[in-house]
Amino acid sequence: MSKRAGNKPLEARKASPLLVSLSAVFLGIVAGCIFILCIGKNPFAGFERILFGALSNTRRIGNTLGMSTQLILIGLSVAFAFKTGLFNIGASGQMLIGGITGSILAFYLPMSMPRPVYLFIVIVAAMATGAFWGFLSGLLKARFNVHEVVSTIMLNWIAYWIVYDFIPRFIIDPTISVKSKPIETAHTLRADWITDITSFSTLNYGFFLAIIMCIVVWFILQKTTLGFNLKAVGSNRFCAEYAGIKVNRSIMISMAIAGALASLAGLTYYCGYSNIMEMGKMPNEGYDGIAVALLGNCSPIGIFFSAIFFGILKMGRGSLAATGIPTEIADTIIATIIYFTATNVILASFWNKIFRSGFSKKEGAAIAAMKQKGIAKPIEQLSREEFRTLAKEGKTLVNKDKKEGR
Amino acid sequence: MEFWSVVTSIIPSAIAYTIPILMGALGGLYSERSGVTNLCIEGLMLFGVFSSAATIVKLQSIPGFSFTLAIVIGILVAMIASMLLSVLHAFAAINLKANQVISGTAINMLSTAVTLFLAQTITGSGNITIVRGIVRQNIPVLSKIPVIGPLLFTSTYWTTWVCLLLWGASWFLLYKTSFGLRLRACGEHPSAVASAGVNVHKMRYIGVLASGLLSGIGGACILVTYAGEYNAGSGINGLGFLAIAALIFGQWKPLGILGSTFFFGLCMTIANMGKVFPIFQSIPTGYLGMFPYVATLIALIFSSRKSAAPLASGEPF
Repeated sequence: MSKRAGNKPLEARKASPLLVSLSAVFLGIVAGCIFILCIGKNPFAGFERILFGALSNTRRIGNTLGMSTQLILIGLSVAFAFKTGLFNIGASGQMLIGGITGSILAFYLPMSMPRPVYLFIVIVAAMATGAFWGFLSGLLKARFNVHEVVSTIMLNWIAYWIVYDFIPRFIIDPTISVKSKPIETAHTLRADWITDITSFSTLNYGFFLAIIMCIVVWFILQKTTLGFNLKAVGSNRFCAEYAGIKVNRSIMISMAIAGALASLAGLTYYCGYSNIMEMGKMPNEGYDGIAVALLGNCSPIGIFFSAIFFGILKMGRGSLAATGIPTEIADTIIATIIYFTATNVILASFWNKIFRSGFSKKEGAAIAAMKQKGIAKPIEQLSREEFRTLAKEGKTLVNKDKKEGR
Repeated sequence: MEFWSVVTSIIPSAIAYTIPILMGALGGLYSERSGVTNLCIEGLMLFGVFSSAATIVKLQSIPGFSFTLAIVIGILVAMIASMLLSVLHAFAAINLKANQVISGTAINMLSTAVTLFLAQTITGSGNITIVRGIVRQNIPVLSKIPVIGPLLFTSTYWTTWVCLLLWGASWFLLYKTSFGLRLRACGEHPSAVASAGVNVHKMRYIGVLASGLLSGIGGACILVTYAGEYNAGSGINGLGFLAIAALIFGQWKPLGILGSTFFFGLCMTIANMGKVFPIFQSIPTGYLGMFPYVATLIALIFSSRKSAAPLASGEPF
């Protein structure tokens, strides 16, 4: 009996989050194929072009990672809020706030400033303004019960108009009057050695920032009291309140951190990935980040890989022009994937059903084997290894029975 | 009377801006009252804009085809198309018991992506511009009434009156019939309704599909009244979310949402037409542009605290 104690009870496997996510990706790609077929094009050629455009040489790989940088950070932002039971769809606005902060500082800080000091100031400033922007919706939720989805959308549009106002006021490019002046390379997040090894791609220091943030978010959520409190509020608000956790404060902190992460994404996007800001343009990446977070099951490592996957889709679509497939197919696939991750119940139950039927077959075989060997032990008391060997032996028995029966 | 002339030019536009938001909010009302949180009004309205634009452009290019008939068919197509899209949300929210906020967001993204995808396939550029929208008309006798005549009955679109009729019919349906009572009860206490022998799933399907249908009309109204084109870049600028905000501000009541959507319509008018009027000319475009959204946030601060939201809204049954 002591041998059984350490083992898990014998039961069918459960569908893991990874399996569910992969199924959602598979279904999303199938939906993409159907869309491409509907307009009479060849889906395989399309996906081949996407992979070619994203990964065929070091520059393209660098660009894909450069695009993934924003997605990782926004995915982390959305996931962090999600852990507290909040849905941050204001990442686009928070990105704009981070971007405009970084761009303005890039112009007004002196070029003579040492680079590490400059980078430190810009990163801290962008995170601070973004945290404030996120905090606003947290405050509205905690104090006035304003639904965070509606308030973050409103704040997105307010940020959009702030940028619309600030670009001509502070950083306009006089020759093209709808864009900001390009930032000097020394004031962006780009680094010569990275640009050299990836033959002038958009990859920049932001990618390393994103990796650091993955670790930081993992640490906060798993190893600190703050993270525990936030997760407790997320899983049951009333229970957390009863346990003495300050729910309102947690909501505000969570939104502020989410805002800071998304704002950092904006900094890497506008002062690293590109070096200009355009008037009247809402970044789509804010919404893609939701897909990244959901597909990555809100875990930092999952977010990292799903962001790379979406980065491939988003960068690779540029090469689709030759096949005549509209580039929006990538967004369609992303949206379909979110729909399937939202309805993951159906995917999980599909896999669970398969696992259960496989398990009950094994169980029948094991019982048959036990009968033959004369083991008089309830099946629950078998160890995993015993069960496995018995099931194997039983399988041949059952098959033999079937043949003889026929 | 400088002030009066400003008012008479703002109010008809404000009504034009109000109607699509009203339709979206009314759709949200059906859905939330039946117990399904519906954050995909934006996507459904955008789908309405796109499908009506595609239909109307196709029909108006046929020589000799009546422009008005093309518009009517366009609106009908938008209704059906948005309703079909809302089936996805209904299926996820009702049958699969999925997270309704995420499902709604997925529908929004899907709508943006699919409409862009199809628009690029159809036109190549991604923008679809219709030849002619609805011509504004004065109502014969009523427009001669002093004060309210110039405000309400001059240069109106016929869709405005159809939509107001739909609003009145919805009020009657939801508050004066036993069907409406059941639908509302599904949003408050579904298990009680179920024990009375009502099919909660069916009621919720009706609620969500009605929201798709009404949002489709709302989207089509944007196209045939003031917008005149499906724009790939800007979409509908968060109008669907304004509709949801209006629903909250209006405390989930038909009369409330009529008032709140008119307030937002007025804000949108000031934002979009502000430059025309001398009193607003000194204000920078950016501030005018953010005005409706700031106003919405402030309105939400005052109205969300004592929320009269349906109790079971967002909870799967």
